[in-house]
Amino acid sequence: MAVLIYIEQEAGGIKKSSLEAVSYGRTLADSLGTSALAVGLGPISTEEWTKVGKAGAVKGIHVADERLSAGIIQAHASAIADVFSYVDADILVLAKSSLGDAVAARLSVKLQAGLVSNVAALPDLSEGFTVKRSIFTGKAFAFTAIKTVKKILAIKKNILDIREEDHDLVVEVRQSSLGEEVFSAKITGMQKAEGQVSLPEADIVVSGGRGLKGPENWNLIEDLARELGAATGCSKPVSDLNWRPHHEHVGQTGIKVSPTLYVAVGISGAIQHLAGVNSSKKILVINKDPEAPFFKAADYGIVGDAFEVLPKLTDAVKAIK
Amino acid sequence: MKILVCITHVPDTTSRIQFTDNNTTFDQTGVQYVIGPYDDYALARAVELRDQTSGKLTVLNVGDAASDPTLRKALAIGADEAVRIDTVPKDSFYVARQIAHFVEENDFDLILMGRESSDFNGGMVHGMVGELLGLPSISPVMKLEIDGKTAKLSREIEGGKEELEAPLPLIVGCQEPIAEWKIPNMRGIMSARTKPLLVKEPLSEQSHAEVVSYELPPAKGAVRLFTTDQVDDLVKLLKNEANVL
Repeated sequence: MAVLIYIEQEAGGIKKSSLEAVSYGRTLADSLGTSALAVGLGPISTEEWTKVGKAGAVKGIHVADERLSAGIIQAHASAIADVFSYVDADILVLAKSSLGDAVAARLSVKLQAGLVSNVAALPDLSEGFTVKRSIFTGKAFAFTAIKTVKKILAIKKNILDIREEDHDLVVEVRQSSLGEEVFSAKITGMQKAEGQVSLPEADIVVSGGRGLKGPENWNLIEDLARELGAATGCSKPVSDLNWRPHHEHVGQTGIKVSPTLYVAVGISGAIQHLAGVNSSKKILVINKDPEAPFFKAADYGIVGDAFEVLPKLTDAVKAIK
Repeated sequence: MKILVCITHVPDTTSRIQFTDNNTTFDQTGVQYVIGPYDDYALARAVELRDQTSGKLTVLNVGDAASDPTLRKALAIGADEAVRIDTVPKDSFYVARQIAHFVEENDFDLILMGRESSDFNGGMVHGMVGELLGLPSISPVMKLEIDGKTAKLSREIEGGKEELEAPLPLIVGCQEPIAEWKIPNMRGIMSARTKPLLVKEPLSEQSHAEVVSYELPPAKGAVRLFTTDQVDDLVKLLKNEANVL
């Protein structure tokens, strides 16, 4: 009957989006009168488990198998399925991510559990189990009734605050019994931007478009991002021109973000770009063209030249800290 | 090499999204349907791989007859044959079962599709098909090369990418920049008319979930505009009023 939360790590720490999933799972468990447990795969430090406890999990199940430190989709799915049965869970909660989505899909078949992704709110339990999810790339919502006994919810970022519970988490180590067959896909290399806030995890995102005129001007975007503790993104033309790497491309066919604040600089606001940012809580648009369509989707706007506005904005942010 | 590409038939990304019947039905008025944008990348890469290996490329859709023009377009882009499983897709699991059953009856070396559909954005079908068939599934994939019986892939992860190798047969969820979208030429359009489009009966299967109703997000308020000289005021407002700093 328990609610199990699958937590993911990034750079040796539990992802913020996973802590949000833990808090979501805990709130759901409370309304169902059951307990919230977290499952972590691969090496996880005691300090990191403490954060999981604070976010609302009452118990952690740790499958410490070293082979799971790599995100092999089939292996992660098998390890979670084992823990799901072991703790007799009915609901699995996880944060939407590159790995989480892929693992959840396989688990849905393994556990015969109805899976809803892009979950935007806590479920409505008044009649069955109905979940609000974002569809049409954020342009609408669908209320989806899950008909199976077992359920999986992949939640969007920033849909609730992380809880601050005051208790110690008990961590139980679960031996892994995974066979070699689930490791048939091998990771042979990885390239990752180091020391930066990752785009889907960031609370603030600063994106630049062709209005920046060239990659040599990106220091203006990076300076503002640094002051804000933000991740940097870009529009599709900018990534197509190779000014910035593809993993910074925000939009319909790139990364979808849902930060607290999205700052768009020199981006006109094509519908494909808006599709990637329309779940942001607040949007600030900086563009010298007052007719730029992005202003219609914005909460705040500065009509002005990015090369003048950005240094001023960076200084103003520095001044209030 | 035998390649299967599964495509969705979805509203064009510029479509206005509206609902009717008390918010229980998607309003198709004036909506133009296209091959899902991610599926289009999968199809483009599949055409290249088919040409390299002199293989055969089948394109599959789970849907009703309204999908036929979309399948014809895939044939015009370069697929050798099209198959439609004649049913209304109920949810991801239902669709995955139909695809897995088709793959069981027709061996494929490689099964490609988009990382997600652009209407329901589930991004689950590739993983479900993989699990149903006991095969590896990898998504979202930005690069795919085939070397004998091994696929070499690059998968997007948060803030970077991961290089992988996996044995065939394999299910892959694709995204850009795996290949450039292909625009059908006149010869393709002409030949698409005579290429086979087979219609198959669906497997009887339950869905896991169903949509009860839809909702549009609340309308956005008017934008508050500032000049370059008012940047300080804006930052104070972001901090104290909007609480986003």
